[in-house]
Amino acid sequence: MTGAREKPAAGERLRDVVTPEGVPIRFAVALAGDRLGAFLIDLLVISGIVLAVVLPLAWLAGHGVMEGDLVLAIAILVIFLVRTFYFAFFELSWQGQTPGKRRHRIRAVDGRGGPLTAEAIIARNLTRELELFLPLAALFAPSALFPGAPGWAVLASLGWMLLFGFLPLFNRDRLRVGDLVAGTVVVRTPDAVLLHDLAAAPAVEPLAFSDEQLDVYGEFELQVLEGVLRGRGRAGHEDAARTVAAKVREKLAWDGPQVADGPFLDAFYAALRARLERRLLFGRRRADKHAKDR
Amino acid sequence: MSGANGGAAATRLKSAAFRAEREGAWRELEELVGRIEKGGVRALSPPELARLPELYRGTLSSLSVARAVSLDRNVLDYLESLSGRAYLAVYGTRRHLREALGEFALRRFPRAVRAHGRHLAVAVALMAVGGVTGFALTSADAERFYAFVDSAYAQGRGPASTTESLREVLYAKKEAATLLKTFSMFLFQHNARIGLLAFAVGFAGAVPTALLLFSNGLVLGAFGALYTGRGLGLDFWGWLLPHGVTELTAVALCGAAGLAIGQALLFPGREERLAGLARRGREASVVALGAVALFFVAGLIEGIFRQLVHAVPVRYAVAFGLAGILFSWLATGGKERG
Repeated sequence: MTGAREKPAAGERLRDVVTPEGVPIRFAVALAGDRLGAFLIDLLVISGIVLAVVLPLAWLAGHGVMEGDLVLAIAILVIFLVRTFYFAFFELSWQGQTPGKRRHRIRAVDGRGGPLTAEAIIARNLTRELELFLPLAALFAPSALFPGAPGWAVLASLGWMLLFGFLPLFNRDRLRVGDLVAGTVVVRTPDAVLLHDLAAAPAVEPLAFSDEQLDVYGEFELQVLEGVLRGRGRAGHEDAARTVAAKVREKLAWDGPQVADGPFLDAFYAALRARLERRLLFGRRRADKHAKDR
Repeated sequence: MSGANGGAAATRLKSAAFRAEREGAWRELEELVGRIEKGGVRALSPPELARLPELYRGTLSSLSVARAVSLDRNVLDYLESLSGRAYLAVYGTRRHLREALGEFALRRFPRAVRAHGRHLAVAVALMAVGGVTGFALTSADAERFYAFVDSAYAQGRGPASTTESLREVLYAKKEAATLLKTFSMFLFQHNARIGLLAFAVGFAGAVPTALLLFSNGLVLGAFGALYTGRGLGLDFWGWLLPHGVTELTAVALCGAAGLAIGQALLFPGREERLAGLARRGREASVVALGAVALFFVAGLIEGIFRQLVHAVPVRYAVAFGLAGILFSWLATGGKERG
């Protein structure tokens, strides 16, 4: 999506983070699908790193240059180190992002507005043992985890462990166990772009609207109109502009000079925004056309 | 008001004037933040770095003003987004890894350990109770050894083994490749995973952590009973303690961290439950991470030192020397002087 983001995407939840300066900044909580996608990418990278280290060693072992035992030992060590510290390392050096998170444009931030500390990053990543690797072990090698336990006990503990793994699906902020332990939230990296000011350019056609005409609409309609005007140059814009202009003319009972749809909407937008912003300064917001005028 | 809101009036919109006045600073901040996102803080020159907080605060105040005066959706979204990015750039982690590690080892880890004194005491007590239980039960009936110790972990040792083969394990001579293999396979990776598990399952209400600590004690006690029963008690502790001091401390620390998390979850006290969990989780994770480093040291001692040095007095001397260093480090590291 480029430019104006009129509404958060479907299913997205906003969360205010109050900065130390006391200004609340709104972040969109990352979607579960993005989290999963980022995690899968990271798993791929982890596998890639491990393979890149182990395969050459295995080749050496195959040609009798190194002992097989030694290669096995190094492989196990590498797997452990990469698995345990990959996430913490990247989140520390990339400010809450891993390669997967960067690709999906999400990042971990402190849920209470403070700086993202090293402890928080370490805490949220050490718990992956509980969330992922333990359920996987329970799933594929239950006998190693609970030697001699009866089948129902294995099943029950498996369900319990899966519950931790799927915790993000059960709360609105998509917090996993690590987020709870560390007090972090994963949000979408903000990316809005500043476009030109629609009301800054002098209108081609000076049109006069009366206050009664301008009071027909509220802020919601103003921002819908902004969305239409910013769509200039995209497919379907002409049709949308024609429909909206006709609707506005009808609603205002417009009897002024007949101008083309584009300039007419530009002028109306500038006039409506001026009117609504002036009311805003006096503390009289008008949310939409249904709002009672006070 | 006459109702003449022509095009000329639009240029005098408060929000348009506001934007025209501040837009330069926003663009400048956007450019700096973009470079930080790509190349880190080091991508900025000192004067630019000095300007960053000023531009950041200016943009935050722009956001507050814009919320009050502007109805331009795009400007609001942009400022919201730019403030968010700048906030992340200004308050993101920016410590150098080496610096952070030094600070961690010298101050933060010992402090966190001392802050968990009570949890640590409980963890040690659980392990001790497990150890005594394991020792007493196995001494009474040697066959119970198999109930406490997993066969893979025992590696063939048990009541059925001959005294000679038990002694052999304590004084085994191995080659370098085998040493490294033992080190990485069992000693470090296995133990560190158990430790991290003890920390992570604290989230399941501390009970699994307590169980892990107790059963760890059982295993230890069972081995102790096995060797003592063959008159190898002194040799066994000489074999165990050099790395055991570090390793058991690390297990107890992980357990203490898990217990602290469980406590925060079950008994939040006056704090809001999730806030308390977040605060204590961070502190506990420091302890757990330090413990992983201790496991690494223990694995090195166990895999290499123990295989090379076989004199029992030297083993004891090293064990007590290490214990002295370890405990005085944990007890005094990072204390304010004076």
